[in-house]
Amino acid sequence: MTETLPDAAIPNPLDEAAITAAVENAIAAIAAAATLEELKAVRLAHTGEKAPLSLANREIGSLPKDQKAVAGKLLGSSRGRVNQALAARTAELEAENDARILVEETVDVTAAPRRRRAGARHPLSTLQDRVADIFVGMGWEIAEGPEVESEWFNFDALNFKPDHPAREMQDTFFVEPPEAHLLMRTHTSPVQVRSMLERDLPIYVLCPGKVFRTDELDATHTPVFHQFEGLAIDKHLSMADLRGTLEHFARQMFGDEAQIRLRPNYFPFTEPSAELDIWHPGAKGGPRWIEWGGCGMVNPNVLRAAGIDPDVYSGFAFGMGIERTLMFRNEVGDMRDMIEGDVRFSEHFGMEI
Amino acid sequence: MRIPLSWLREFAQVPAGATAEDVMAELVKVGFEEEAVHRPTDTLQGPIVVGQVLSLVKEPQSNGKTINWCQVRVVPEGREQTLTGDGIDPSGVQGIICGAHNFVEGDKVVVTLPGAVLPGDFRISARKTYGHLSAGMIASVRELGIGEDHDGILVLSRIGLDPEIGTDAMELLGLYDEAAEINVTPDRGYAFSIRGVAREYAHATGTAFTDPAAKVQAPAVLAGGYGVKLNDDAPIYGKPGCDRFVARTVRGVDASRPTPPWMSARLRLAGVRSISLPVDISNYVMFELGQPLHFYDQDKLSGEIVVRRAVAGETLTTLDGKERALDPEDLLITDDTGPIGVAGVMGGASTEVSEATSTVLIEAAHFEEVSIARSRRRHKLPSEASKRFERGVDWQVANIAAQRAVDLLVELAGGTADEAGTDVGTAPDAVSIALPAAFAGERIGIDFTEEQIVTSLEDLGAAVEKYDGGWRVTAPSWRNDLETKEDLSEEIARLVGYDQIPATLPVAPPGRGLTRVQQQRRRLIQAFADAGLTEVLAYPFVSKAANDTFGIAEEGAPRSAVKLANPISEEQGFLRTSILPGLIEVAKRNHSRGFRDLAVFEAGLVFLPAGQVGTASIPPLGVKPADEVLDALYDGVPDQPLHIAAVLTGHDSPAAASHTPRPWDWADALDIARLAGDVLGVELVVSQGRHQAFHPGRAARLSLRSGEVVGYAGELHPKLLAAHDMPERSVAVEINADVLFEAAADVIVARHISTFPVATQDVALVVPQDVPADDVLTALREGAGELLEDVALFDVYAGKGIEDGRKSLAFSLRFRAADRTLTAEEASAARGSAVALAASRFGAVQR
Repeated sequence: MTETLPDAAIPNPLDEAAITAAVENAIAAIAAAATLEELKAVRLAHTGEKAPLSLANREIGSLPKDQKAVAGKLLGSSRGRVNQALAARTAELEAENDARILVEETVDVTAAPRRRRAGARHPLSTLQDRVADIFVGMGWEIAEGPEVESEWFNFDALNFKPDHPAREMQDTFFVEPPEAHLLMRTHTSPVQVRSMLERDLPIYVLCPGKVFRTDELDATHTPVFHQFEGLAIDKHLSMADLRGTLEHFARQMFGDEAQIRLRPNYFPFTEPSAELDIWHPGAKGGPRWIEWGGCGMVNPNVLRAAGIDPDVYSGFAFGMGIERTLMFRNEVGDMRDMIEGDVRFSEHFGMEI
Repeated sequence: MRIPLSWLREFAQVPAGATAEDVMAELVKVGFEEEAVHRPTDTLQGPIVVGQVLSLVKEPQSNGKTINWCQVRVVPEGREQTLTGDGIDPSGVQGIICGAHNFVEGDKVVVTLPGAVLPGDFRISARKTYGHLSAGMIASVRELGIGEDHDGILVLSRIGLDPEIGTDAMELLGLYDEAAEINVTPDRGYAFSIRGVAREYAHATGTAFTDPAAKVQAPAVLAGGYGVKLNDDAPIYGKPGCDRFVARTVRGVDASRPTPPWMSARLRLAGVRSISLPVDISNYVMFELGQPLHFYDQDKLSGEIVVRRAVAGETLTTLDGKERALDPEDLLITDDTGPIGVAGVMGGASTEVSEATSTVLIEAAHFEEVSIARSRRRHKLPSEASKRFERGVDWQVANIAAQRAVDLLVELAGGTADEAGTDVGTAPDAVSIALPAAFAGERIGIDFTEEQIVTSLEDLGAAVEKYDGGWRVTAPSWRNDLETKEDLSEEIARLVGYDQIPATLPVAPPGRGLTRVQQQRRRLIQAFADAGLTEVLAYPFVSKAANDTFGIAEEGAPRSAVKLANPISEEQGFLRTSILPGLIEVAKRNHSRGFRDLAVFEAGLVFLPAGQVGTASIPPLGVKPADEVLDALYDGVPDQPLHIAAVLTGHDSPAAASHTPRPWDWADALDIARLAGDVLGVELVVSQGRHQAFHPGRAARLSLRSGEVVGYAGELHPKLLAAHDMPERSVAVEINADVLFEAAADVIVARHISTFPVATQDVALVVPQDVPADDVLTALREGAGELLEDVALFDVYAGKGIEDGRKSLAFSLRFRAADRTLTAEEASAARGSAVALAASRFGAVQR
């Protein structure tokens, strides 16, 4: 594209037909310009110094006075039309250009790399928080204690007689030297005792934490596992209050349809004692009762060990396994998945449970 | 405890069609968990009948063996064979090949006919063998799954049987019976007997119970029997080790007689092997009544029996043939020769009953629980007897059980009982419990009627006597677990039914929510996960070497750690003092499964013993210890702070199209440490650190402003990584989270945010190579004064243009005033004083 039109004859500024023809020529060229580059050439050719309309305009000066106004009006409107057309086409081509660039910048979003690692919580840890939150919502507090514990807190204060078979059935890890009477707590119950000694009455606490038994690791056993244990000490508490609390908790955990069942059992630290079953409508292999934990009314000897008068106060306690809860709630089939630390296990759960 | 249903039916109203499952479903209501079902017919099916060997032809084979080609009559002569099917001979006589030789023509044997199935899914059919069609099998006890005897064919006359030909042998051998196995909680010793379980079954179903003890006619008074003295001069907890000893003599016993099949079948279902008639009788009585017995060959006893504690140095060869050193706390049965048994645990070999025994002395004694438990543990001799004694046996049943054994020895072994007998000891005081009228109702939350209370307690066997305001309850002699009104309220609730307990929700007083530390811990753990790390939970068991390397910074210094007395593995016999060994194990496990780019973390307790470890004694139960005793208990428990640690191996992200992952490096570990400080609002001071587990030049020590060290971060020591087969350049961080929690401000005071313009100035300082950048930065900050808003290191350079042994540090300083726009002169002046301080401290020269 050249900047001047070949054989550009200078149109007579009074020749309306010639001027109009020049305008139409220009408008056609503008419309034909396919790119901003072409349009620039068209602009120079039709509005530049050597363009017919520019040259015609320059001629106005040499016209007789009475004709100047007529020619000026004609050329003014003609050049205006051309400029308008130019502006419109410029806008059009710029918009096309912008759109093309965006199209050219298209990427395959499905091929995006994963630049940031997604972290994950261990589901036992998340579940523990969730259980705690349910009880905190009921006004209970969370109590904790050491994992290596004095034998007194783990057994004697909980009314385990020194030579009673129940004590042996706990499969305890003892600490050297045995004369120091230290062990790894076999349940979170010593935290109950610490709570009773350290807190003001009434007491409503939940004690989550790690516990230890000398079981070899297999699909259903692990020497290290987690429990949460509840303790309420108040005036006039009964087994009905225990049942109501467990029922409420079960419904928070498993939905409004959840049901619980109590069966007689024996624990040295509660009297009466019960085994707690939960109805699991979605259990693999059909709906059934699943053993969930133990519970009962706090044995008066346990209250006495903490200096609480059992004739004035009564209490209930319950304890469940976090692993067991996770196993039937989230269908974890093998205990080993929870303890081996395979990152796929935690990452599958992400931050939720 | 396994309960053969036929045995239970003798004393409880079990419906005719009830299965072991049905029985367990009833017993679970009163507190006995279901364990298992034992049902011979699950693996054994007929037709299995009594047959008589009509003829037996010995046929030697080319392989040297001789087989017997037998004709066996399985239908009485003159009667028709009613069974049909492949291989059943309509004549009533089956041709059977048998390889065993312990029977002869005329013997009655057990024949498994074609169509029968034996344990191991062994299906009997007619088959051609040794040139004959063998249509069935002549069975041994082993093949029937009822014994281990290898001696060959079960010849019925040898177990005292002469049944009619064609009799159903499964019926004859008690194989249609089945057993329910239940779990008995350790408080209920009485339920280790058919007597106890039958009573419980009656409670569960509301049906009648027949007491097996009531069926035995025992003399009210025994006198003139074998001499027995109770001579315990060192009772445990003040309770005599033996407070009753009944001895009865049966003479003329034929100990070689076979045990009748009904008895061995029941014992087998109960889980006890048949041994000999006297032993089987003593076991049978123990299972039925709950009273362990011991039989002596009275002719082998010398002098009277004395029950006493052992003397140091005494030994005893027990029934299992082992010589055992006795402990002065062991309660012994002795005669003139010395010890002849560890009371309630195991008898001695010298007075054992054998096939040749003709005079049996029956011991039915009552031993104290703790004494038996300790001897059993000491000698590692768990037995059916010790299990019962440890949990408590009915004092009153000793005489009855002895009589039951006498009766069975007379009936089955042909003995004659002595009129005279021995019964020494004193009954313990009956426990009388006051039960206030409203107590059980209030404790359980059921408004029990007076009838419910009294009936429940009387059904248990208790004596109930009304007094003003309640009942005085005397527990039955077999319920040593009933001591308090709480115990009684459980019994009432149990018999009325736990399903009757209503649900009420108690309202706790307003709570304070999570404590600050609990919130901090959650925030910290969540921050690590949010930063892209994966939480894992490793075991706290580690080796001594792991603690000595990771638990302490200085090389060669041993770490004091908690040692377990009975670890799962001796190698991992200590409790962790650092989280890192567990994380490294986890990392390696993931590596082996194909995941090499890792960022794993754990928050958990570590165990740091110092000073007093434990206490020499522990206070008794049921009483609040004195304050100083409690303080000692608290102080004896080792420190167990919460640590949080992370191990990073490989790259920060997975490789992908148009993305090159970055290898983790020491700075990532440091970044995680800083994150911990940031989320808790605690300033961490970083300095060049030395820790034997870390690269000596690439580790940071992390401390509080106060100087207290909170942890380390950086690259793990290359040698350690190599030793653990870990990828090179793996990095780690470990922080004592409790120290951070403690250091966090309770209240964060707001800072004024100035909106005046910022003035930025850069400065490059040349300092000796070994001057830490952070120290120079600190000098700049101090020197610049309060106009300095922030300072950051943005370049470190050494090389061309910089003298050897020196480096150039480039900082950008950002100045801003709280109340005005700074002039260029003010900013430059502040910069000048910053540089001046750095120059005076480190000889820094501006480039």
